[in-house]
Amino acid sequence: MAVPKRRKSSSKRDMRRSQHDKIKAKQYISCSNCGEVALPHRACAACGWYKDRVVVAGTDATLSQ
Amino acid sequence: MRHRKDGRQFGRNTSHRRAMFRNMAANLVTHERIVTTAAKAKELRRVTEKLITKAKRLGPVAYTPQADLSDADKAKRLHVHRLLASYLPRWGVTKDGTKQDLIEKVMLDLAKRYDGRQGGYTRIIKLGPRRGDGADMSVIELLADAETEAARKPEKESATNAAPAPAEEEVAEEEAAEEEAAEEVTDEKSTDAEAKAEAADDEDDEEKADE
Repeated sequence: MAVPKRRKSSSKRDMRRSQHDKIKAKQYISCSNCGEVALPHRACAACGWYKDRVVVAGTDATLSQ
Repeated sequence: MRHRKDGRQFGRNTSHRRAMFRNMAANLVTHERIVTTAAKAKELRRVTEKLITKAKRLGPVAYTPQADLSDADKAKRLHVHRLLASYLPRWGVTKDGTKQDLIEKVMLDLAKRYDGRQGGYTRIIKLGPRRGDGADMSVIELLADAETEAARKPEKESATNAAPAPAEEEVAEEEAAEEEAAEEVTDEKSTDAEAKAEAADDEDDEEKADE
């Protein structure tokens, strides 16, 4: 089996990792109903609203507001 | 390679997977709305919509009373009934404990409800990651009614779902107003409660004095 001849320097290793292994920050939107930070394309975790019309699950969260 | 191999396996063998989706389809038909993982919801959509389409292909025959059908139509209906029964369990139990004939529900209720709709009888709304394993969860629901689809709201507002979209904004505003009002009420209540408690104490004192 082919094996590396030389040890890669920590710099080379980290340069590699800095490109496709990096962690991307999550996208957030603000909920159109309660203004809370929410994930895009998902019902708001705080108030259960999605797209200004449907209340989804978490109805107790809606009531406690 | 799994090139062009459609569908998800969910780490189950065929019979396990089939059993799971039978149960899930039965639950979706019974409750109209279930919460599951996003991947299962997407797969369940295929399963359930195919069942509804089977009933819908009959046209009005699916939901016309037996007495009004010709013998040929009765036979067609029976055939589809058996096709559905070969997948769906016959009975479902709704939340209030009543037994429901799922096959008849698909034929009488759903086939009629989605008459004129070219597929897409379900809606999936993602809810975000689940605590514990981080699985992306979602709600899958059968559309309430073709006409009132845009006005669909959760159970408590479903009574008003005949109202078109503009009316809903008012509802939302009213809700907001009610919420504010509710907060005020709770504040008042707490002060009221204190006042009552004091009053009660006073009365007690008076009664003792009388004695």
